[in-house]
Amino acid sequence: MTATEDRLAGLLGTSVLRPDGVAKVSGQFAFSNDLNVPGMLWGGTLRSAVPYARLRRIDTSAARRMPGVAAVISAADVPGKPLYGLEVPDQPVFARDIVRYVGEPIAAVAAITPDIVRAALERIVVDYSPLEPVVDATLALSAEPIHPDGNLLRRVCVRSGAPEFSYDVMVEGTYSVGMQDQAFMGPECGLAIPAQDGGVELHVATQWLHADQRQIAACLGIELGQVRVVQAGAGGAFGAREDVSLQIHLCLLALRTGCPVKLAYNREESFLGHVHRHPATMQYRHYATAEGAITSIEAEIILDGGAYASTSAAVAGNAAFFACGPYVVPRARIDVHAVRTNNPPCGAMRGFGAVQTCFAHESQMDKLAARCGLDPVEVRMRNLLQAGDRLITGQELDGPAPIARLLRRLGSAPLPPRTSETGPFSLPGGAGRTTDLENVQRGVGYALGMKQLMFAEGRDDYAVARVSLTGNKATITSACAEIGQGFVTVAQQIASDVLGVSQVVLEPATTDVGSAGSSSASRQTWMSGGAIQGACDELIVQIRDLAAKRFNVPVELVSYDGGRAWGPGFDIELGDLLADRELESTFTHRHKPTRQPDENGQGTLHVAFAFAAHRAVVDVDPELGLVRIVDIATTQDVGKILNPVQAVGQIEGGIAQGVGLAVMEELIVREGRIRNPSFTDYLIPTSLDTPPVTVVELVEEPHPDAPFGAKGIGEPPTISSTAAIAAAIRDATGLALPKVPITGEEIARFAYMEG
Amino acid sequence: MTASDIFITVNGRGQRARIDYPGQSLLSLLRDSLGLTGTKNACEQGECGSCSVMFDGKLACACLVLAADCDNSSVETIESGPRDDELCIVQRAFHETGAVQCGFCTPGLVMAVRDLISRSRGTEIEDATIREAISGNLCRCTGYGRVLVAARFAIEQSR
Repeated sequence: MTATEDRLAGLLGTSVLRPDGVAKVSGQFAFSNDLNVPGMLWGGTLRSAVPYARLRRIDTSAARRMPGVAAVISAADVPGKPLYGLEVPDQPVFARDIVRYVGEPIAAVAAITPDIVRAALERIVVDYSPLEPVVDATLALSAEPIHPDGNLLRRVCVRSGAPEFSYDVMVEGTYSVGMQDQAFMGPECGLAIPAQDGGVELHVATQWLHADQRQIAACLGIELGQVRVVQAGAGGAFGAREDVSLQIHLCLLALRTGCPVKLAYNREESFLGHVHRHPATMQYRHYATAEGAITSIEAEIILDGGAYASTSAAVAGNAAFFACGPYVVPRARIDVHAVRTNNPPCGAMRGFGAVQTCFAHESQMDKLAARCGLDPVEVRMRNLLQAGDRLITGQELDGPAPIARLLRRLGSAPLPPRTSETGPFSLPGGAGRTTDLENVQRGVGYALGMKQLMFAEGRDDYAVARVSLTGNKATITSACAEIGQGFVTVAQQIASDVLGVSQVVLEPATTDVGSAGSSSASRQTWMSGGAIQGACDELIVQIRDLAAKRFNVPVELVSYDGGRAWGPGFDIELGDLLADRELESTFTHRHKPTRQPDENGQGTLHVAFAFAAHRAVVDVDPELGLVRIVDIATTQDVGKILNPVQAVGQIEGGIAQGVGLAVMEELIVREGRIRNPSFTDYLIPTSLDTPPVTVVELVEEPHPDAPFGAKGIGEPPTISSTAAIAAAIRDATGLALPKVPITGEEIARFAYMEG
Repeated sequence: MTASDIFITVNGRGQRARIDYPGQSLLSLLRDSLGLTGTKNACEQGECGSCSVMFDGKLACACLVLAADCDNSSVETIESGPRDDELCIVQRAFHETGAVQCGFCTPGLVMAVRDLISRSRGTEIEDATIREAISGNLCRCTGYGRVLVAARFAIEQSR
């Protein structure tokens, strides 16, 4: 048994309960909106009512004069840098001369009650001089630039393989993905408290404390150390809390008024105030032999980045590098353009660029199967990547890649029986009971997805953690943002397992310790988990040194495991060895370096990859356009499972978001305006829409570079579940359905057109 | 009693409460006036169930109930456990089966499952009935899989 496996014999690999679980079920857990301090003011944001306009005049005088108003601030009141951004500072803290999207912040107010805040915001007069907005992403590059940085956010080209290629069959299609929202349950909220030294302490639910700190300090024009960010309870995130929303406004208000200020978005403002998943238009051509072996893939992909850059560049990279899916592609010609428009800004959402292209490449694989007379599983099997193969980036697929096993196990899993009941919940349309059983068509669809783990393309991506040890108690300090994923559990499991102590405390996440990086890109178990493991390993070195000195033996002869140290002539419990001494170690974990792509999109761009497969079974009433998703079966490449219940929870939850994108979720944007910014109009799956998930197998092939071999598991469930459902609906109806979400209207419209 | 005052029993404790402004919801009264923040605010349109409470014995979205209508009424919130330091069967089931991730929807779901159990005590509860009972509670993290496990577990425990 190796050292790694030995450790897994302990707490790792078991379903340890969440340390915050009791507080959460009893309503005692403090989410960001539950924070209040005496004497605090309330904040609010004035947002642009138009998609694109010059600002002739902003008159805040009436608002300022209102009793109870403590401050009204706008662009002129930003003492530091006027622009911020996660990757590129291109977004104004407040619009100065021009607004570029509906919802862009123009001013902010602090007052003694929320009512006065609302009234004051209404008294701010903004004189817009409207401009013709750019709202069609396909026309953005030929339009006049709407920003000094231009309308191209990033172009990514992948050119691999020889110019010449042969083929027997070609299939093509144009696919599109609508704008999905993360729709986390807890709207944005923060509490900023002015500090004695002229700085500020911000309690906010975020995905990356240090990225917030950096952007806040720059815009406030104060030292980094004067901004202290504390993670407040986060009601979900899914990418939407990676960018700054209210952080800078709130800190400005607190410093301006000298008072604590709380700012909470309602649901509508939440839809306006954070980035969304990029809508995509994707033209594909797959060339293959008559037997279905791919010889070349060509794709042109346009991503609508909206008004500001956010993480569009990285999303575009993912869309390009994972454009073809987990298949051997001898020749690839991929062009991705992420463009700027006057639509709402888009950025990170679970799956990050790979979701969109997965829908396209898997749709293409099904077309190829049909053209070659093959089963959908068979055509995929004939093209699968294996460990050691080259990706379209030229990078070798190193590390475990059990894709064939994922597909084989999924393909042979038993199918659910045909629906024979006519109860209120067993037919498409549910309790409405408008469908007759004889009109119901059953469909089955498959999809495979892949994505990288951790940040890519040469980004310096690290995580710091500190672990201290007193007696039998370990205390972890990490800035890793807990957003519901269960890091708090896994962190304690790791420290407990490595150090062999039963009592582990995780301190609140703050910027007092080094950066943990972002809770995104399926990276924290690997990165912050690795940092905790590294700190614990260093503590063991210190423990052995201590024992060697105390018992006067060479350190090489000292062993440590399970909370006791032993060697020639001694065997001592950790608590007795330490007595009242405290040991401490801070560790920075870096994954192996990656490189930026060359002009052909080639290079070792990624650290590691994860794969998943999904099979969807649906019942459809094509005439009425009603869909019932009967079952989703999945297999996933997980490396090693550290907490089985949490792993399944991530998989079920990720699939539910894929269900949403497949059949119901889309922000409808007309002339730059979101038409459905509410839970009444933006529908996410309920317990009646979400099918049972059959986890056929979680394939454990430990990754040699990962702490304990564990791969991130958060994103793969969201990547290919959407494509599998779309395939199943096509299988049931025979319709082309090139866009997700596939709404009832879409099915009925295609059924009319094609029927 | 002034026009803006009500008498309301919250978690068994009768008290006078002031209506801060016309149109104030029960949700705002609970969270902002009485400091009971376990009831969550996520949509204010009665769509998500995060603010589910028992209002005069019926499950309700507190955001849709006018505080002014709560005079002489009785409200139970997530804070109404068996004892302060003890979890009820439903809370324990949610914690122990992994039905909690971010936890924002959890108080509302716990209230909905408590209501289901109290409505159907003793009788058989099918999976479809559980799904229907919690269909007014949106959860974005779990996909409802572990929530259903928790609900089934709580139903068995409460028999």
